[in-house]
Amino acid sequence: MNFNDYVFYVLAAILLFAGLRVITSRNPVHAALHLVLAFFTAAGIWLLLEAEFLAIALVLVYVGAVMVLFLFVVMMLDINLDKLREGFWEALPIALPVGILMTLEMVMILGSKHFGVDRVAAPTPHPAGYSNTAELGRQLYTDYLLPFELASVVLLVAIVAAIALTLRDRKDSKFIDPAEQVKVKRADRIRMVSMPADVEIPAAAETEGKDKA
Amino acid sequence: MLAKIKTVLSSLMLVELLKGMALTGRYFFARKITIQFPEERTPMSPRFRGLHALRRYPNGEERCIACKLCEAVCPAMAITIESEQREDNTRRTTRYDIDLTKCIFCGFCEESCPVDSIVETRIFDYHGEKRGDLLYTKPMLLAVGDKYETQIAADRSADAKYR
Amino acid sequence: MIAFMQNLLGPAWPVVWTLVKIIAIVAPIMGAVAYLTLAERKVIGFMQVRMGPNRVGYFGLLQPIADGLKLLMKEIIIPSAANKTLFLLGPVLAIAPALAAWAVVPFDVDMILADIDAGLLYILAMTSVAVYGVIIAGWASNSKYAFLGSLRSAAQIVSYEIAMGFALVGVLMCAGSLNLGKIVVAQAGGFWQWYWLPLFPLFIVYFISAVAETNRAPFDVAEGESEIVAGFHVEYSGMAFAVFFLAEYANMILVCMLAAIMFLGGWQPLLDVAPFNMIPGFLWLIIKVALLLFFFLWFRATFPRYRYDQIMRLGWKVFIPITLVWIIVVGGLMQTPLAYLFH
Repeated sequence: MNFNDYVFYVLAAILLFAGLRVITSRNPVHAALHLVLAFFTAAGIWLLLEAEFLAIALVLVYVGAVMVLFLFVVMMLDINLDKLREGFWEALPIALPVGILMTLEMVMILGSKHFGVDRVAAPTPHPAGYSNTAELGRQLYTDYLLPFELASVVLLVAIVAAIALTLRDRKDSKFIDPAEQVKVKRADRIRMVSMPADVEIPAAAETEGKDKA
Repeated sequence: MLAKIKTVLSSLMLVELLKGMALTGRYFFARKITIQFPEERTPMSPRFRGLHALRRYPNGEERCIACKLCEAVCPAMAITIESEQREDNTRRTTRYDIDLTKCIFCGFCEESCPVDSIVETRIFDYHGEKRGDLLYTKPMLLAVGDKYETQIAADRSADAKYR
Repeated sequence: MIAFMQNLLGPAWPVVWTLVKIIAIVAPIMGAVAYLTLAERKVIGFMQVRMGPNRVGYFGLLQPIADGLKLLMKEIIIPSAANKTLFLLGPVLAIAPALAAWAVVPFDVDMILADIDAGLLYILAMTSVAVYGVIIAGWASNSKYAFLGSLRSAAQIVSYEIAMGFALVGVLMCAGSLNLGKIVVAQAGGFWQWYWLPLFPLFIVYFISAVAETNRAPFDVAEGESEIVAGFHVEYSGMAFAVFFLAEYANMILVCMLAAIMFLGGWQPLLDVAPFNMIPGFLWLIIKVALLLFFFLWFRATFPRYRYDQIMRLGWKVFIPITLVWIIVVGGLMQTPLAYLFH
């Protein structure tokens, strides 16, 4: 075993532990944070496979953005887990066959002759000038141009649909458009009036003032 | 329309932000107005109302005649006076306490005093390190008066014609 | 000397040598952070016609050390209903990415700890991970102010990261590389070759996004003391609080460093002629970063805090469209005879 193997086993152990904690931890925030840890270690394993672009993209997209939003929601919800777990075991008659089926499927795939350490070639170390990113880009825009563009159109549709579903004008909403507010200039709100200081004082007021003094 | 385009352009060019930055940028080089306190002090009026003092006449006799006007007028009730007859049959205080933690430095005691005994000095940077340090008793107040008598007398005379 | 140590340590040598290099990067950053706090207080003081700290040491030069010692001596108070592990993990997660990102920053030709090809992506990933420190700190404190602050900060960082990323995409299109060293090399030959000129809108967007990304005034709603006391670090005291401060300032220096590398030619001299290229590239980089940091302080002394919905509007409705348009403009012009502008 060389150094890389040790790193792999350490990362894999952390990944498995984190994955287990995601489903076993009682606190949803802890579960989400363990998922972050799982993504991070998965990125480490991808780095070992010389897929540096994908590894960093995983951290950037999943850890940096998706999980932040996840945490957002999980933190704001005050979930009582004990209530959620009530009747957990009642689902066993359905869950058990499904679980066994999934395990069997995974065994069939992973144990088949197409999968395994000796069947999947170890990644060849690339020379120093090799750019993973450029290579990936070349692949995406030549061999896989159509699927790539289709996927992006699907995503765009999803974005537009999500916005269209949530964007509705409520008549009773007190929402004020900040864009309108920042357009306000000083001249719209106040008017500068020139008021010369040398105003004539009425005679009566003057004598009264003198009496007081 | 033209005005609208002008607004959009000027907000894109960050005109107002740059104006603001130019202003603070100018002040960056302006002469600083900081007073370096213990070494430099701001000028002070002779009417300044700081730490209290009890004065004496030039012959050493204390001025206070225990009329208790100050005690009566004090809005914070910071002054406590007890008095009795001295051997020479004059009325004198046996106790004259000012609780400086109560005092609001309004100067009424000074105003009410018929003999200019209780005065407020220019001292403002005094302190107490433990509880009770700021309860000034008669000997302490007299000591303050003795120590700063020249300054106090000068301030009174400077302000005399306005009283 | 190095060869001797190499023989002595044998197989452990690469690890030790890397550690030495890490210390050589982190120690000056910590010093720079300490003196950036002093510079901030001085600059803001000067702009407010005050002196700023000048009692501890000549010109207040020992002030950061005094502050550090004070915070070091203070007790770290953990709120009784706080989640203790996460409460203490928060500051660590805030400062770790802020320092880890420095691994790929090129200080000069070949002066770089890890010359990886996706360097820029790595920095973006690290700065986006930095938000976890804030979120976890705010949640673990079990305080509503802290929680509100962390929510604001998270939403703000996630939004501005997009504008920032798009601004950097323009640079990538020009330089044709994600490697920070190569990006700097592509800008060789005088200040008109630096990318700030052809990519001026992106430069401005990047810089303002960087201010927002580091939660600095006028985008400091995460700690807006007038509304939510001190935001996510309201429950922190002593060294745990100091670590948040270190992280904030380290991040400031990092984004300025990135701006200098991407838009101001990194270690390249102002003009590639005699008096200018005598100065070592490392110094040029420091000068540029210091200048950008001065702008950070200048902003703080000048602008009032943005309102939260206006921050979000600026990020999503102004910056992202501007960057998208300019990227298309750049992409279009690169196909015309004007492409030499964007080399």
